[in-house]
Formats: sequence, structure tokens, C-alpha cells
Amino acid sequence: MAEVSKLPRRDFLKAAGTAGATGAAMATGLAGCSPTTGTPTSTEANASAAIQPPLVLTPEEEAFFSASVDTIIPADELSPSGTDCGCVTFIDRQLASAWGGGAKTYRAGPFVKGTPEQGYQLPLTPHQFFVAGIQAANEWSRKTYGKPYDALGPAQRAEALTAWEAGKAEFSSFDSRLFFQRLLQITMEGFFADPIHGGNRNKVSWRMLGFPGLPATYADKVDQYRDKPYVVDEPQSIADFS
Amino acid sequence: MATKLKEVDAVMIGMGMTGAMMAKEFTMAGLRVVGLERGPDRRPHEESILPRIRDELRYVQRIELMQDNSVDTIAFRNSSGQTALPIRRWSAFLPGEGVGGTLNHWGGMHWRYLPTDFRIRSVIRERYGASAIPPDMTIEDWPVTYDELEPYYDRFDKMCGAAGKAGNLKGRKIDGGNVFEGPRGDEYPTPPLKSSAGAVLMAEASRSLGFHPFPSPFGASSTPYTNIYGVQLGRCEYCGFCGRNTCEANAKASAPSHIMPVLRGDPRFELRTHAFVSKLIYDRQAKKVTGVLYTDMKTGEEYEQPANIVVLSAYVFGNTHMLLTSGIGQPYDPRTGRGLVGKNYCYQFEAPATAFFENRNLNPFIGAPGDRMVIDDFNGENFDHSGLGFFGGGYIVGGSGAAPPIGGRDVPPGTPAWGSQWKKETVRWYYRAIEFNTQGSVYANRANYLDIDPTYKDSLGRPLLRLTYNGTDNDHAMSRYLLTKVDAIIKAMNPTTYEMRPRPRNFTIVPYQSTHNTGGTMMGTSPGNSVINRYLQAWDASNLFIMGASTFPQQPGYNPTGTVGALAYWAADKILKDYVKRPGPLVQA
Repeated sequence: MAEVSKLPRRDFLKAAGTAGATGAAMATGLAGCSPTTGTPTSTEANASAAIQPPLVLTPEEEAFFSASVDTIIPADELSPSGTDCGCVTFIDRQLASAWGGGAKTYRAGPFVKGTPEQGYQLPLTPHQFFVAGIQAANEWSRKTYGKPYDALGPAQRAEALTAWEAGKAEFSSFDSRLFFQRLLQITMEGFFADPIHGGNRNKVSWRMLGFPGLPATYADKVDQYRDKPYVVDEPQSIADFS
Repeated sequence: MATKLKEVDAVMIGMGMTGAMMAKEFTMAGLRVVGLERGPDRRPHEESILPRIRDELRYVQRIELMQDNSVDTIAFRNSSGQTALPIRRWSAFLPGEGVGGTLNHWGGMHWRYLPTDFRIRSVIRERYGASAIPPDMTIEDWPVTYDELEPYYDRFDKMCGAAGKAGNLKGRKIDGGNVFEGPRGDEYPTPPLKSSAGAVLMAEASRSLGFHPFPSPFGASSTPYTNIYGVQLGRCEYCGFCGRNTCEANAKASAPSHIMPVLRGDPRFELRTHAFVSKLIYDRQAKKVTGVLYTDMKTGEEYEQPANIVVLSAYVFGNTHMLLTSGIGQPYDPRTGRGLVGKNYCYQFEAPATAFFENRNLNPFIGAPGDRMVIDDFNGENFDHSGLGFFGGGYIVGGSGAAPPIGGRDVPPGTPAWGSQWKKETVRWYYRAIEFNTQGSVYANRANYLDIDPTYKDSLGRPLLRLTYNGTDNDHAMSRYLLTKVDAIIKAMNPTTYEMRPRPRNFTIVPYQSTHNTGGTMMGTSPGNSVINRYLQAWDASNLFIMGASTFPQQPGYNPTGTVGALAYWAADKILKDYVKRPGPLVQA
């Protein structure tokens, strides 16, 4: 236990240390470490990366996702916040993707609620689902706390998420528990997916776990590392490997 | 009006593993074959390559290789009193799409059924009495024996380059292999995979309890190997991405990597992708299928492809659906028990467990499903069921590895799902989980079946197939029994903490459980008890042969692929030896 938790921390610090030298990481990992300092980046590439506008998210949706992913993945000694890890960028791209538009799903009616065993039966695509869900969540938040979710403090944000998770929040014509489950899922995907999708900036979650990434060719390493930690200095992502 | 094409010797409906196997065997015998595939081509040198193949989001979470539900899906309900609703995106099971089909993304668990599995109805009656089988348990003997299939199991092993350790070589029991298995004619083509740390611990604990652990048989080559078609295979790299992906190492068996390289260039073979077969053209008088009707999904145009031999090699659902929508055979009616198409639908009854070990370093990203250890002591009729209150069983498998980060982060029960505490626990346990699974059998029940849905339609306007299924009391009791054995093994491993995950009372369509759907076009000894005969030939259409797990009378406690492969080679052999010379029924009704 001690061994492994030390390892990602060391890697993380190392990554943060090199971030100043490698521009792209500056806007991600290091900025995430100390969001309040807001060190301006010097190169144009960094500036454009930092202000890249969302593909589909509205300002309200962006604020909502930022607040919720920071509650699900708070900044602490193990990682920067969800937003600083790129989770909102990830979600924006996913909702703009073919998947977000409901590709490969059966979308014909009639639409019947069905039993829990029959799975998802709403006519909404993933993008439409989050648009409607955020409106319902913010409406509930205004009713409960007098302000939208993103305007709540950390304690109230966590309290609200807990209520949704338990299905104890009454959203108007929306299932708060289902909304929470999908929000949690897409946030985790953004945190742990290959950085090529816009989240997991600077491979921060892979460093945290000790996940080495690519190429994952281990046939000659199985015996050597049986019950011994397999350590890499730098996890490799798809972009690193290309 | 469909354009009528020139007749061919044989047409394959679906170019998954069995479609490709049959096409290869037929063309080697000189037949002219057309392979119709609803999905796209799959080109390993373009798609199964690093780094793109290691995209967990795309392949594992967004299930890139699976059938497009907007084109076709099935409707589902737990019982016949309910209204079935469409599966809008696959989850509990994942049928594949494109050349190679579902075998493109299999986990590679490569099993043979027990000799007793093939005559299970008789064995239970012999051992426990003529009235031992409950009236609603509609299990049947298979019309083929283990000994008859053995040479074809062997051929399938050598097409796959399978890895494993024999436990019964021509009747001689061998320690370290599966001593419960039927006699094998030959060793596995390649040695078993090296065991993960978790598997080693599981095996030690199992041995201490008097069980008989052995390395999991695996449908991938552990060393470079040249298969029966002369295709050079690579070796498994323990990448951990098997379950929903193809294999960049050219090691895990699939049609695109193991058969297509030598079938593609054959002038006797033609592949047509995006060809969605909507119907078999059935001549009821002649008891023959004269050809198939298909829509070219690139143009929308419809074609009729006449053929002397029609091989129905879609997934389990597609096979059954095709018979029902083409009017071949009598649809099953659960109220009367009459009719056979759609009868004896079975699933796999898997229940997992996870154990956590504070002081281990299990490197969860290193591994393949084949690096696990297994015990078969509680499968099928390997143990005495007297007084247990159920029939059936399953193998128990354990090991660590093959856990990519989005989907493979187990934490002990009671851990929060988010927040700083969740993160801490995730990091704490990521290297420290050992997974167990029970591959439980499903013994057919008269209430579980496939038929046509009255409401929902597919993209060609055909009514959807409807699945009515729930876990039975028998299968729940079987599963609970297997979990008591898992519990004993885990306790003997002395974990920090662990979690058993028994199946919920009702089958649910989420989350993922198993892609082992079986039945619907079951094989048997006569037209009175089955849809097809022992050579997979339809009783009602002598030139129609049906491949895959839809032919199973019920599902034993193993993964179905080995038997799917053996049955295909067994049928191909009979067709080429006898049927092509004297077309007509191979078994007299």
C-alpha cells in the first residue's frame, strides 16, 4: 500500500515539475495544481488551448459540468480537480460526437417506461439527456438552495450530489438518480480515458493509479513482475505512441 | 423488385467465425461461395494496430465493434405477462458486427463440454431417478456425442492455435490439466499462458481445499503458431484488452486474422459486406430454401441470391429471427409447449466475487483472460447433486489482471463512488484486487423463449425478435452453491476484505453479464423435438444448415465457443463427404 501510493505522487510531482518546460502541460497539469495563481502562459499555442470554446455546451451547461466534475473529482493531493483534468472538455466533445447524438441506438417508439430490468427507454440522445437533466437539476437547486448548482459552495454541491445519488431529489419530470449515474459515468470516463479524448490531461489519472498505458505488451514481463509493482516513469498515451 | 443474381453453390448469411470457417472448408473442396455480411469488413492490418487499438473509451465503453441497434435489435421482457421493450443499446450481452462477428471481441475462453453434458437428460434420470427432472425443465440430450465431436474440437483448437494444458489425453489423466474433461486426442497446440499472481494464489487455495486447479484454456496462441490454414499466428501479449476488442498480436482467434487472409484471395469466394439478409426464400413443397433476399445497405437496393446450400451463420438472435420471419418451422408456444423455433432459449448464469489483498502488487493492467486458474470440480455432473435441490453447475475461475482504468477499478463494498475518499480508496486498491467468476449453466425452462414482437420493427420494417427470459429457481440455487465454493476459496486466501456478488432475482438487460445466448433453433433426434438434426441441417429445409449456439438444447457451465467451432467443422465434414454428392436429408425423419 505505502509503496504504491508513494509512486503516483512522485510521478505526479515529477510531471508537474516538467510542466513548466513543456508548454502544453502548463495549461493542464500545473495549472490544475494551483488554479488560483493562474500563471499566464506565454506561447500562442497555450493561449489558444486555454480558451478553446466548447463545441456544444452552453455557458449554463459548462458551468454546471465544471461544478459537478469538481465535486466528483475534487482537487486534492492525488489529482487536480475534474475541470483541470479536462473532464468538461471531454464531456463537451463526447456530447458533440456521434455517440452524443444517439448513433447506434434504437430510437423508434412507442416509448414506454417499462421495468428497471428493461434498461434505458427514454427518447433522448446522450446530448439531449444532459441538456434536459441539467435544466432539471438547476431548477431543483434553485428551489432547494435559491441558486443554480454552480453557484453553490463545496458543501452544498456535495450535499446535492448525495441527494441525487440516493434518488432523494425530486426533479421535475426527470429521474435524478439516473441523471446522477450518467453524470458520474461520463465524468469517470473523462478522468480515466486516453487523453486523446480531451480529458485525463497530462495522463494525470494514470499517474495517480500507476497505470502505464501503452503499448501493453507484457508477455516477457509476466514472470518478472508477478506480485511486484510494474513501474514506468512516464505512462504512454495514444498520442505519445503515434 | 429484387434483382435476381446468378446461383452459387453456397451462400453464408453472416461472415462471423462460423461463416468464415464454412466458407473456407467449402472453397477448399471446390465449391463456389458467396459470404453475405451485414456489417463492414474488418481489416486487421488497418484496424487492429497500435496505438489506436488501446482506446478503452472507444472499444470497451462505447462498444465500437458491436451491432448497430438502430439497424436491428431485439425486444426484451422477463416474463410473458409483461410488454417487451426494445434493447436500445446493447449492454448485458454484446453481439458483434462485421466480418468476424462476435468472435472478434471474445474473451478467448476456449472450452469443450463434458461428455455427460451431451446426454444430460439421460444422465440425470439414470443417477437421480426417472422423475428427478422437474416438469418445467425442458432439457434434452444432444443428438451428437462428445466422442463424435472430439476430432472436430481438435481441428478447431488447431485453427485457433489454442493455449492450454490437457488433463485427459486419450483416457490418461494428467495432473495440472483439467482431470474432469473428456478424453482429448491431442494436447493443446500451444502451452498454457503464464499465470497471473492472483491466479497462482487462487490455485494454491483451491488445492488446499482438495480441488483440482488448472490453467484456463484460451483461444489464442501463447507462442507463435501456424494454424491449419497455414496462417502464421503471433503470441498473446497479456495486454488486457481482449474482451471487447480484436488482437493486434494476431494471437486471439478471429475470422479476420485466422481465416480471411487465406480466404480473401480465393477466386471461388466472394465477400459482400453491408448485405443485410431479410429473408430466406422458402419452397415449402420442395422443403428447400431456394435462396436469400438481401438489401445492399450502401445503396438500398434489394437482391435475390439463389444458392444450392444456404448456411445460416448469424448470431443466435439472427438465426432464430430468420426462421420465424421466413415461415420455416413451427414457432414455440410456451402455453402449450408445442412448436420448436424459439424454444429452449438459455443464457449463462455468471456470478462474480472480488477479494482485496492489502499487501499484494497485482499489476491489474497485465493479463489476459487465459492467465487465470480454474477449477471444474463443480461443473455439470462432475459432482453429486443428491439432495442439493438443483441440477447443473459451472467452472470457477480466479485471477488478477486485464483491468483497464475506466472499467477496471474495484474498490471494497461501502466505498463512496466519488470525492476524495473514493479517489484515495481507488488508488489504495487498484493493484490489489483478485477477481472470481462462476460460469454457471442455464438449464432450459419452458417459460424462457424467443418469438416475434408484436410492436417494434427493425430498419427494414421487419418485426423485432422478442426475448422472454428470467433466471429460474434451479439456476439461482446452482449459482448460490457455486458461490459457497468461491467463498471457501477466498477465505483460504486470507484477503483483507472481499465481496460476493450473487445475481439479482430478476435478469436485467444492464449491466454487462455474458454474451452466451443459446438456443432457439435447437438440434435433436427428430422433427418432433428439434429444428435441426445432428448435422445442423434443418428438418424442414434440407439445404439449410444452421451454425452457432442457437443450435444448443441448453447451455452447460462453460463458454460456448469451443462447441460452436466443433459443431461447424463436424457439419462441414458431413456436408462435403455426403451431402454434396447426394443432396437431401442426412438423417431420415
